[in-house]
Amino acid sequence: MKLPKQTIVQRFHIRFFGSLIILLGLLIASNNFLKLDFSALVQNFDQFLALFKEMMHPDWKSAPFVVQPMLETIQMALIGTTLGTLLAIPAAIVAARNVVTNKWITGFVRIIFNMIRTLPDLLLAALFVAIVGIGPYAGVLTLTIFSFGMITKLFYECIETIDNGPLEAILATGGKRSAMVMFAILPQVSSRFISYILYTFEINVRASTVLGYLGAGGIGQQLQTSLSQFRYDQTAVIILAILIVVLAIDGLSNFARERLQ
Amino acid sequence: MMGSIQHRSAGVWHRTRSWFWGLLIVIVYVWGIFGINFSKIQSSAGAVTKAVLMGIIHPDWHYVYQGNGEDLVSVMLQTLAIAFVGTIISARISIPFAFWAAKRRRHHFSVLSTSGRIVLAVVRTFPEIVLAIMFIKAVGPGAFAGVLALGVHSVGMLGKLFAESIEAIDAGPGESILSVGGNAVNGLVFATLPQVLPAFASYSLYRFEISVRSATILGMVGAGGVGTPLLFAIQTRSWNRVGIILIGIIITVTIIDYLSGWLRKQLG
Repeated sequence: MKLPKQTIVQRFHIRFFGSLIILLGLLIASNNFLKLDFSALVQNFDQFLALFKEMMHPDWKSAPFVVQPMLETIQMALIGTTLGTLLAIPAAIVAARNVVTNKWITGFVRIIFNMIRTLPDLLLAALFVAIVGIGPYAGVLTLTIFSFGMITKLFYECIETIDNGPLEAILATGGKRSAMVMFAILPQVSSRFISYILYTFEINVRASTVLGYLGAGGIGQQLQTSLSQFRYDQTAVIILAILIVVLAIDGLSNFARERLQ
Repeated sequence: MMGSIQHRSAGVWHRTRSWFWGLLIVIVYVWGIFGINFSKIQSSAGAVTKAVLMGIIHPDWHYVYQGNGEDLVSVMLQTLAIAFVGTIISARISIPFAFWAAKRRRHHFSVLSTSGRIVLAVVRTFPEIVLAIMFIKAVGPGAFAGVLALGVHSVGMLGKLFAESIEAIDAGPGESILSVGGNAVNGLVFATLPQVLPAFASYSLYRFEISVRSATILGMVGAGGVGTPLLFAIQTRSWNRVGIILIGIIITVTIIDYLSGWLRKQLG
């Protein structure tokens, strides 16, 4: 009987141990580069705990002042997601390879969208606060760009998975491109689009809670004030409010997305 | 026949359902758009936008490398190192959390795994920058606070993903080890870990991509990386500097995404 043979690479788990060594090497290099001092954490851990203890006693009296900015946060997320979606639908159609067959156009617009997607939310917020000034405008613009990047990718990948038959049928019978989008593409993707929009809304609610830290409106403003005044008992109330709202929106959105399928 | 009976029995709700949802959406939007208290856009908005765009077109190339450890290459490397160490720490912490939160049997309610899930959800929702500020209080401003903030915050997401991959494994190998007299440790080492490690590695790489993005903004609260010079450049309105930093972030994140995507494909 012939037994299966292991190659040397398999016998000594070269790939596993090789990657482990590379990983350790990178870890040590990064450690030295950042000059991390883990003893500082051990020494000062009581300070961290003291801060945590303060947060364990939330200042419930400040709770009513959290409601209005929290609602503003949700409103910002709602408008931002909607504007982002409205921009993303035409963008996704241009980037989908089965709609626009010119590889140069799809490639070019995808590079632009990829670049937009690399920018984190707070970075955009800092820029928009500098441009339009402090307030929810900056937050809405941030979330618009942020969700545009995310939704466009989800949308064009979704459009590329659809059945091309109806598209070809409309073009073959002399239909216009706009008719193709309206009657062949959108009906096939609409339920998945709604699911993606809800998903993006969840992410935007999470993101919008901290945007105010840099002045872009919403609850983040309160967060920044409480932290800079060392009122960690108020910070705790705000974080609890964020927790409740984010989990509630996640739950609602998950429920709606399950119903859609 | 069946269809028509069902149709009739669905009744009023079935016919008015789409109107109900439509009305609800309209109400939500009216509340959203008119409820928000928009301040005035500052009058210099147009000029600043133009300046930002000009800054991106004419970036401050001198800032790329100056050899003093304060240039773009150094802070970008620092950002990557923060994300890397943070991800390694969080991957390590996530493993016990994942075993805690993973359900042993599908469709069974268990207090243990549900409590684990709740803890992970709370960690996931706790804002990253608040964590960073808390760690700055403990270890002082700098890269270490960023590493710790990322290390703790990422557990929320990695723990959940790890738990899901533990739930998805094939129980066969583990049962066969137990049936030939192996103990639980043997089962873990020879059946469970070999099945989940590729998924763990793949998810950690994915989290690393996200952590790089996070590390670029943690500096805005003083937790090291490129965020600090970026916020400083925005506040001092040196748009050429902002331009080169934005270009640096875009290039770095793109390369990392590409490399990590390639590595994740290799893992299968």
